[in-house]
Amino acid sequence: MERNELENRVLDMLEDICEDDAVREERDVDLFEAGLLDSLAAIEVLVGIEEAFGVDIAPTAVEREEMNTVNKIIEQIAVRL
Amino acid sequence: MGFYTSPSFFIALAAVSAPAVALGLAGRSVRGYGMVASWAMLALLFAGDPRGACAFALFVAAASVATYAVWRSWAREGGNRSMAVYRLALAACLAPLVACKVGAVFDCNLLGFIGISYATFRAVQVVIEIRDGLIRDIAPLDYLYFLTFFATFTSGPIDRSRRFASDLAAPRPRSAYADLLARGTMMLLAGAVLQLVLATVARGFYDPASAPAGTLTVDALGLPVAAREVLRAYGYAVYLFCDFAGYSLMAMGASACFGIETPANFRAPYRALDMKDFWNRWHITLSTWLRDFVFMRFVRAATRRKVFSSRLSTACAAYAVDMLLMGAWHGLTPDYLAYGAYHGVLLAATEVYQKRCGFHKRYRKKAWYRVLTWFVTLQLVVLGFALFSGQVGGLLARAFAA
Repeated sequence: MERNELENRVLDMLEDICEDDAVREERDVDLFEAGLLDSLAAIEVLVGIEEAFGVDIAPTAVEREEMNTVNKIIEQIAVRL
Repeated sequence: MGFYTSPSFFIALAAVSAPAVALGLAGRSVRGYGMVASWAMLALLFAGDPRGACAFALFVAAASVATYAVWRSWAREGGNRSMAVYRLALAACLAPLVACKVGAVFDCNLLGFIGISYATFRAVQVVIEIRDGLIRDIAPLDYLYFLTFFATFTSGPIDRSRRFASDLAAPRPRSAYADLLARGTMMLLAGAVLQLVLATVARGFYDPASAPAGTLTVDALGLPVAAREVLRAYGYAVYLFCDFAGYSLMAMGASACFGIETPANFRAPYRALDMKDFWNRWHITLSTWLRDFVFMRFVRAATRRKVFSSRLSTACAAYAVDMLLMGAWHGLTPDYLAYGAYHGVLLAATEVYQKRCGFHKRYRKKAWYRVLTWFVTLQLVVLGFALFSGQVGGLLARAFAA
């Protein structure tokens, strides 16, 4: 998968889960601090990643600090593809 | 010998810690010695309890075989990744605890031993994380050490195997060990004051029969019955915190002597601003364990299968399951089950309130609102402990008997 396509699909998914298109603008902002994600929505992100990319990330696999921005989420998927 | 309660424990702790400190301060690994010391301490713990010792040996054997089977099936190259093996392994780790809790209802304790509740958490975590692909290699001796580490054996804090193994992997430099030891010594002292002094005084206050001479008791205040019961509940809450936080600090301190940085269990719990906040501060290693291995997995499974119509109802169901299990883990008695159900309902209600209520969203950052939610949370917490201690159950039983 092209990097561009991966980024677009992640952004679509996050916009859907966070119900806010702000995720598209600030890709390095901490989504938890910004109130865009909470621990429940974060699990939806993991399930969404599994469904969209076939990438299985276990709940205790990554620390929150490693997956708290749009760019870090994209990176976590990219290293597993 | 009661861990962290009987005087002989502290004498034994000093004796087994001295060589560990000498090794650590020489910049050498405490791992090998720590294992031997742990097993010596467990021998003292189980001295005079051969049935408990057998049950414990059986548990370690079952958990080891189960873990090896899961590792062969899931982590080894060419393993067949069998769900049946995984489920059987989980069942093998959980069976002694379930038998012990169910047996306790019928006054028949076959497979139980002191510390079984905590040992089960450690064993189950390893099995789940091997299947998740997070644990690839696990040295058999390190695994045994993780299951049998004496400092946290009886009542936690519940460490995680990958974190524990990282402490064993490389000996700390001399200065890093000295720093850990200094912090550990402070924790041992602070924990001893909390548990042996403050908790004893608080206990004497709500339970005058156990009061040390010269300390204040609730009976001495000459209050009407209702006010006395309320004060007893607050006294119990103070006691429970001092007792458990004191124990946990001592367990962290003893771990530090052996170069193990056991995670903290408490973070000013009575300052919590809501019930979710409370569980991030109270018995933290239990609530995060349940969050990672029950709550999140329940939410994940429910989200995948689209069991519930909304994220909010998924969360409410997950909180209920999580907390009911927490209550049942304490014991299958009406008091503990009510305690679990109570917290499940409160957490679900908190979630709905915070997500749906405009009033909360508007004022949540205001000082008066925070003071108000702190006060309400504290009352709910104290009421929860009155359920936990059996005070509410006892009052209800007496009211119905009268």
